[in-house]
Amino acid sequence: MSQDSEAGTLGEDRKAAALGSGADTVDAMQAAADGDQYLTFTLGEEEYGVDILRVQEIKGWQRVTPIPNTPHYVKGVINLRGTIVPVIDLRERFGMSAQEYSKFTVVVMVRVLSTGGRERIMGLVVDALSEVYTFQSEQIRPAPEFGAALRTNFIRGLATVDDSKMVIILDVDELLSDEDLAIADDQSRIAEVVRAAGPGGQDHE
Amino acid sequence: MSVDLSQFLQTFFEESFEGLDTMESGLLELDPAQPDAETLNNVFRAAHSIKGGAGTFGLSAVSDFTHRMETLLDRLRDGKQAVTPDAVNVLLSAVDCLRGMLAAIQNDQALDADAISTAQRQLDEQLGQVPAGDAVPVPPQGAGGGHTAGPEGTPPRGSGPGGGGGGWWIRFEPQPHLFATGNDPRRLFQALQDLGELEVEADPSGLPPFEQLDPETCQLAWTLRLHADVDEAAVREVFEWVEDDARLEIRPLGAAGTEPAPVAEAGSAVASADEPPAPGGGAAPAAGDGRKPAARRGNAGGGGNSSSIRVDTEKIDALIDMVGELVITQSMLSQIGKEFTAERLEELQDGLAQLERNTRELQENVMRIRMVPISFAYSRLPRIVHDTSRALGKVVEFQMEGEQTELDKTVMEKIIDPLVHLVRNSVDHGIEAPEERAAAGKPETGTITIEAYHKGGNIIIEIADDGRGINRDKLLAKARSAGLVEDGSELPDEQIYDLIFHPGLSTHDQATEYSGRGVGMDVVKRNVRSLSGNISVRSSHGQGTTITISLPLTLSILDGQLFRVGDQTYIVPLVSVIESLQVDAGKVSRVTGRGEVYHWREGYVPIVRLHELFDTEPVRRELGGGLMVIVEDEETYLGVFVDDLLDQQQVVIKSLEANYLQVPGIAGATILGDGTVALILDIAGLIEMSRGGRRQPYIPEREDSDEAA
Repeated sequence: MSQDSEAGTLGEDRKAAALGSGADTVDAMQAAADGDQYLTFTLGEEEYGVDILRVQEIKGWQRVTPIPNTPHYVKGVINLRGTIVPVIDLRERFGMSAQEYSKFTVVVMVRVLSTGGRERIMGLVVDALSEVYTFQSEQIRPAPEFGAALRTNFIRGLATVDDSKMVIILDVDELLSDEDLAIADDQSRIAEVVRAAGPGGQDHE
Repeated sequence: MSVDLSQFLQTFFEESFEGLDTMESGLLELDPAQPDAETLNNVFRAAHSIKGGAGTFGLSAVSDFTHRMETLLDRLRDGKQAVTPDAVNVLLSAVDCLRGMLAAIQNDQALDADAISTAQRQLDEQLGQVPAGDAVPVPPQGAGGGHTAGPEGTPPRGSGPGGGGGGWWIRFEPQPHLFATGNDPRRLFQALQDLGELEVEADPSGLPPFEQLDPETCQLAWTLRLHADVDEAAVREVFEWVEDDARLEIRPLGAAGTEPAPVAEAGSAVASADEPPAPGGGAAPAAGDGRKPAARRGNAGGGGNSSSIRVDTEKIDALIDMVGELVITQSMLSQIGKEFTAERLEELQDGLAQLERNTRELQENVMRIRMVPISFAYSRLPRIVHDTSRALGKVVEFQMEGEQTELDKTVMEKIIDPLVHLVRNSVDHGIEAPEERAAAGKPETGTITIEAYHKGGNIIIEIADDGRGINRDKLLAKARSAGLVEDGSELPDEQIYDLIFHPGLSTHDQATEYSGRGVGMDVVKRNVRSLSGNISVRSSHGQGTTITISLPLTLSILDGQLFRVGDQTYIVPLVSVIESLQVDAGKVSRVTGRGEVYHWREGYVPIVRLHELFDTEPVRRELGGGLMVIVEDEETYLGVFVDDLLDQQQVVIKSLEANYLQVPGIAGATILGDGTVALILDIAGLIEMSRGGRRQPYIPEREDSDEAA
């Protein structure tokens, strides 16, 4: 947490720049004077952060039950004290190379709010946990546009630590919205399954 | 008042809806020819508590409205006005209106002013007060009545006529037990004083001789003059808590603050206000309602969407006992665990067996909490029969049996609409007009019976009528002309009657407001199927029709067949499993070189390789000698090829949707003994998938699309 104070002073400089667009995307409710806390984790070389208030718990990797015909990054479901909770591999979600799961693989259980105020618990598979940082809302700058090549709606903004390290702050609600989890997302696989299952239907009717 | 009432508001709504149900069923039960005093009392009490509650929460529109109903009910109860079918109908529509008002308030919506004023006017007409601004307040109807006559002709949200300019003359005659209810007249007077200048005059005429005086009873009465420019509601509010324990009279003070017109005693004034007893006899009693509905056992639910549930304290006590036993078993086991030696193995096994028994009992009892008597679902039916038969000019006796049969709350909530539909259908389609019945040599009064009972793990609901029955030939002809049945082919009766569940098919030549458009029965069937239930029809022409619904007791537990494909365990509901067999390679055929079918029971069943559908790695790919489970949904069969068959066991259904999404082909998930998750298959979805049809998460309308990619 030694970076806190420094990150704080850096933020002051950028205040003016960020105020316009970055500030209002930030959850105003938590924007207390001392800033919000973010749990960060790594995926390869990159460091990502999520609002710590959205983190319910952290678990080690455990065997999942795969769900058929879902996007490949939905690894399956686990039993979290009697409720069925899906687990999403963030590396695969971001199109990064998949990695073997080991006993050090961590699943971050987050609370996701979707439209209609429904709250769901989902697990995010990440490489390793990193730190807890405090950022003032003005320290989080909007992500630049990457054009069509990269959807950025699930990136709430970018924050800088130690004047060098960038933390990508994720918006879990956007990241895990219905469309992103829906089956229709994975067109190629569906086509495949339809091909495989199709003939049975023809003779049936 | 320092108590935060809002926390009780929800309870008020629940109780009021219950009260309305009680009123409704009570009113329906009421036989105008011989009104049952106890029934009237029940209805009156329900109205009274709604009024009281509404007053407490400041819902003046509701309390004013209910007050009118109460006044009318009181007169009926006291025999001051005859119970006529009209009066009952007016009260019934008032119940509807009140229900609407409460629902609107509960949901923060605007009140339907038109409906309220209509219902109000009808009530006023019954009360013999044509809405003209006849401002003479009705004097109280005897001290025993325990309620007061309120301002007549007030607007829905109004607060009394604005006649308070000169102040109010108040006569307050508490009943002797006033003190026992914790009320102190002095405080009331102080509260009145806060409103303005108050003159108090005690009337000691009721005091007994000193030696008989009981200081704990209230023998005094008071006459008060309040000189304040407040409306009547404000004055009444002060007396809100004592209204039931006192005779209260409030009149506007004359201009000079003088006594108002002498207090007319109940008799004369009421007589003038009363409608002359309606000519009885002529109007046939509106549809006899047969058996007494189970209304008196606190009706809960009432169709509203409240998510709370009322539980018998007995059930909770049983749970507490069981948890106690569980704790004892647990401590016993932990003690064995601490000092475990090989000799104590038997003890440990005993303990575990006990634990298992405790757990099972606990589970069963927790399930029972969700079980509610079906009378809740019944409660709407008499009204449906009453209204429909009246509108169609039929005479129907409605009988309800097995009201105490319990079923899961969720199942019940979803079965109400189908039941309403079926009962309405019976009145409309089943029961003939009285003349027609007489001509057919049947009693003019038709009978509809609804009966519920347990059979095996299911609950059976039967709706039977003694009407004209289904015209088998007509139905078949219609089906033929609609192309559902091929010309010349003969069907067993059972299948013919099943055609009524086909969308768009109705034997009624003319659609009525109530039924006959051919929509509905298919919806009924779909609803029943969605509860994993079954529906069937028996009918004989001219004798009547019986519709039988069979439902599982609960939706949260399922008897399942476990099987394995690759390294995953899956579950199919046992009810869908027709047969498990070893595949005989000789019976497997291919269609167009790809689709595989299996020759089974003189037919061909499409084979689904689950590993292909679900894209997993199977242990076995060779069909011959492998295992296949034949499953069925709505008479469509499917052979599911699996690696291995495992146990049959009861599983608790967990939602996949709660934290994820609905997945085609998957009905839910469960947690196995080892803590891992296993998926429960949705047979209808599998069939859909195997046809290469839709795979959208939710399928509101089943449509067959056989476009294989």
